[in-house]
Amino acid sequence: MRILNASGCLDALAAPEVARRLDAFVTKTVTPMPREGNAPPRMAETAHGMLNAIGLANPGRERFLADHLPRLGELGVPLWVSVGGFCAEDYAETCSRLAGIEAIELNLSCPNVDEAADSAAEIVAACRRATELPLYAKLSAAHPDIPEVARAVAAAGADGLSLINTLRAVALDRNLRPALARGSGGLSGPALKPVALHAVSACHDATGLPIVGMGGIQTGRDALEFVACGAREVALGTVLFSDPGAPTRVRVELAAAAAEVGVVMPDGGNGLVKSPETVRKVPA
Amino acid sequence: MRSSGSPSRLRFVGSERVGPYTLLRLERGDVEPGVPGQFFMLEAPGRLLPRPFSLCLAPAGELAFLVDPIGPGTEALCRLRPGDEISVLGPLGHGYRLDVERPLLVGGGIGIAPLPYLAEQLGGSPPVVLGFRSAEHAEAAVLLPGSEVVVDPVLVSDLIEPDLDVLACGPEPMLHAVAALCPTAQLAWEAPMACGYGACYACVVEIDGALQRLCLEGPVLDAARVRAHAEAVA
Repeated sequence: MRILNASGCLDALAAPEVARRLDAFVTKTVTPMPREGNAPPRMAETAHGMLNAIGLANPGRERFLADHLPRLGELGVPLWVSVGGFCAEDYAETCSRLAGIEAIELNLSCPNVDEAADSAAEIVAACRRATELPLYAKLSAAHPDIPEVARAVAAAGADGLSLINTLRAVALDRNLRPALARGSGGLSGPALKPVALHAVSACHDATGLPIVGMGGIQTGRDALEFVACGAREVALGTVLFSDPGAPTRVRVELAAAAAEVGVVMPDGGNGLVKSPETVRKVPA
Repeated sequence: MRSSGSPSRLRFVGSERVGPYTLLRLERGDVEPGVPGQFFMLEAPGRLLPRPFSLCLAPAGELAFLVDPIGPGTEALCRLRPGDEISVLGPLGHGYRLDVERPLLVGGGIGIAPLPYLAEQLGGSPPVVLGFRSAEHAEAAVLLPGSEVVVDPVLVSDLIEPDLDVLACGPEPMLHAVAALCPTAQLAWEAPMACGYGACYACVVEIDGALQRLCLEGPVLDAARVRAHAEAVA
């Protein structure tokens, strides 16, 4: 079972020792042009989660390709590049220029910018024509019929799914004003886990595609639940903020949690849970 | 790099009331106290995210932090009981440069937190000017014996000698006022942050004309690097 980070929740150049604890590092989303991101405050804690409205701050495609990507390559960790944009051509152009990485994750669901006008399937199809690298579509669970979106991106050529992104939400300060300068933000953390488990299970049923499951994973037991719902890999997000040692800890806890319920995780395997008691896929 | 390795579990030793604040003492364990002005992320029991604190004092075998109980996280820290353990990550960020010839320490409110450790590390009993919003808050000046204390409406900026090497920490309007008086001052800033090691991108401040992460660039910055916003100075 491989453990990744959720895009945007770790800067591998600022904290390489944390990135090296992962089985693959997923970059912050790269957009065609540089983005400074939203004005602060950009973050607020909520009862069982947190909101962020970073706004896809990133150096832009050209500087990422010329400067950041080569430095990331020196980490010795398999790389996934998260690609964003505002139309299908934006995404496809970036995809066409990526090489030497393990996979591309298409961010089709950032809640903190105005969304691309093109549909998820149109974007995936354009990227499919632009690259032969594995394409993972990162979807939002806010869509009323996420298995339908999953089927559409699968038909358009996606190789896998990343589930889920944050959910758009609002928190108020003491004076009943939005806590974030942007007003709304993306909700992450433990509050998200039940939503994410459903999305993973439903999309697994709908497509059978490999899934990177994420949303509120704090412990190895949480990760095991994603496996039980059909995830092949898991990603850690908000938990990295409070515990940069989480990748190592969750890996240890996952083995113990699996043993406790009588399932065996293969050693460093690809997330396939094997007998004696295979995790039964939870119905969506 | 030690700073963003893994958090250490440190045992709570005790706490003391200092005016409206609480001085929280933890066993040091394997955690280095770092440079004055650097900060630590302290687990806030029962909360999702840790909270940033600069080191206030470094008694033998301990680390001490000054906490202002203003919300659920800081209140939980003030309720720790002997024997409790919390996760601590740090030291993080960049602290004060100590190679100054004529230091003047300037603090406002809870911003006095890093100054006792700073005074100790500088040595030679540097002059200290502290400002508070009330007489009760001013009781915290006991942490810096010999300091000159003013209470609102008198401001610390009224007492600063601009030709000294000012090292300051306090609320934003105070820092902007100090920056206007002393362009060479070293100022410790604060911003909401989730991680403290560059992962969350929440703590951005306009530094050198662009939004940059305070946890990596600061929290102590040369005054010239942060532009004063007109309304903050007014």
